[in-house]
Amino acid sequence: MSTPPLSPARTVATAARVLRQLRNDPRTIALLLLVPCLLLLLLRYVFDGSPQTFDDIGASLLGIFPLITMFLVTSIATLRERTSGTLERLLAMPLGKADFIAGYALAFGTLAVVQSLLTTGLAVWGLGLDVTGSPWLLLLVALLDAILGTALGLFVSAFAASEFQAVQFMPAVIFPQLLLCGLFTPRDQMQPVLEAVSDVLPMSYAVDGMNEVQQHAGVTGDFVRDVLVMVGCALLVLAVGAATLRRRTA
Amino acid sequence: MMNKEPGPAIRATGLTAVRGPRTVLRDLDFTVPAGRVTGLLGPSGCGKSTLMRAVMGTQAKVAGDLRVLGLPAGHPSLRARIGYVTQAPAVFADLTVRQNLEYFAAVLDPGRRAAARREENVTRAIRDVDLTSHADALAAHLSGGQRSRVSLAVALLGSPELLVLDEPTVGLDPVLRRDLWDLFHALAADRGAGLLISSHVMDEAERCHGLLLMREGEILAQDSPDDLRARTGADTVEAAFLTLIDQAAEAATAATRSHSQETSR
Repeated sequence: MSTPPLSPARTVATAARVLRQLRNDPRTIALLLLVPCLLLLLLRYVFDGSPQTFDDIGASLLGIFPLITMFLVTSIATLRERTSGTLERLLAMPLGKADFIAGYALAFGTLAVVQSLLTTGLAVWGLGLDVTGSPWLLLLVALLDAILGTALGLFVSAFAASEFQAVQFMPAVIFPQLLLCGLFTPRDQMQPVLEAVSDVLPMSYAVDGMNEVQQHAGVTGDFVRDVLVMVGCALLVLAVGAATLRRRTA
Repeated sequence: MMNKEPGPAIRATGLTAVRGPRTVLRDLDFTVPAGRVTGLLGPSGCGKSTLMRAVMGTQAKVAGDLRVLGLPAGHPSLRARIGYVTQAPAVFADLTVRQNLEYFAAVLDPGRRAAARREENVTRAIRDVDLTSHADALAAHLSGGQRSRVSLAVALLGSPELLVLDEPTVGLDPVLRRDLWDLFHALAADRGAGLLISSHVMDEAERCHGLLLMREGEILAQDSPDDLRARTGADTVEAAFLTLIDQAAEAATAATRSHSQETSR
């Protein structure tokens, strides 16, 4: 009778439910999938005179979009579960915390794959982004980014009492990473303290990974390191996020 | 239907709960029998919801002994055996009625092999709460009363041995209210389920087998409606409740008076 730590059937049911919720909300899906494409398009023509700059920034952005969008969507979605009472109800039913979290990661991971296929496809084939390595590796990094975004979103939703607060976590959690990830200036040219800080922020590895694929033909040692760091970060944050799901509340 | 010894569905001894700086439940002793409908009545804010959350094991800072279906409250194996409806409808607004129930059914009874049984359960639960004609409407588009019925339908999925319902009939029209009470009685009689139903509407008390009257975190009386009226000489449960409150207040003032007399002496 007791619940196993992770039930595949309940996890898949949860993922299917999250996707069904999104399907009933076509506008959100359209925003999720089209806005990153439009931003890439915009960027391509902002740097119309210097395609080299587009190559540098474009690849990094392919890694940043899924992280930001999945962070926002997950933090709002799980905040809603907390405030509407559905989370309390589910945890009073035979649903494991791991089922809940893995279900969300699976659902938004699926969505991230679609989003990344569109953005990567558009950037590489439509906008002439120059990628030396395989586009599949770009996709892998994008997927890991999405899961990382989901994990971070889940985690911060525990500290937000309202949707207003939840969206404010985006500048608090994402913007510093955006500034320090090497998108604006190479990380080794930053003030040493900031460089050290950027070494422990997961988005730095997302951008590094993307740049490795963009500049090198094969799978480099640095790329493997970047992927492993991101997997480790995502698992760590998901585990911490699980700790914020409480069956007993005051 | 029950082949086990029909012990009480809930037995509480010295149940105390603290919420923030406030003691919300003070040293309560009560039982909720199986196969009966027990009403939990009292004004809003008296601790009814906290008591129910304690029974479900979702309330933090609970002390005392609380046994639910023979197990300590919140025991993992109880999760599939209790149906719980919170006051605010805990359903997904962006899913249809049927999609909501399909998901909760999959959590209760997962796996592909159970699909046919789930389908049956979902259809029955929707029929029980009279929402068949709205099965494919988004919960967000339903009225408040309809949404709370979706929430109730979730609790009816599976075959819960205990139903804990926090004000399930608030804002419903009289016909539907009568139908739901008939359903509650049928669940108790046919399936032997225990039901704990809270309400602040006193006329619903008459429909219960037993009553727990609550006020300010304490249980004033624990009796059947008939015995309660007979004991207080009142015509209605509401009048009986008022009599009990007055008696309690008198006893309290008498106690303080004798106490102050003693100290002044």
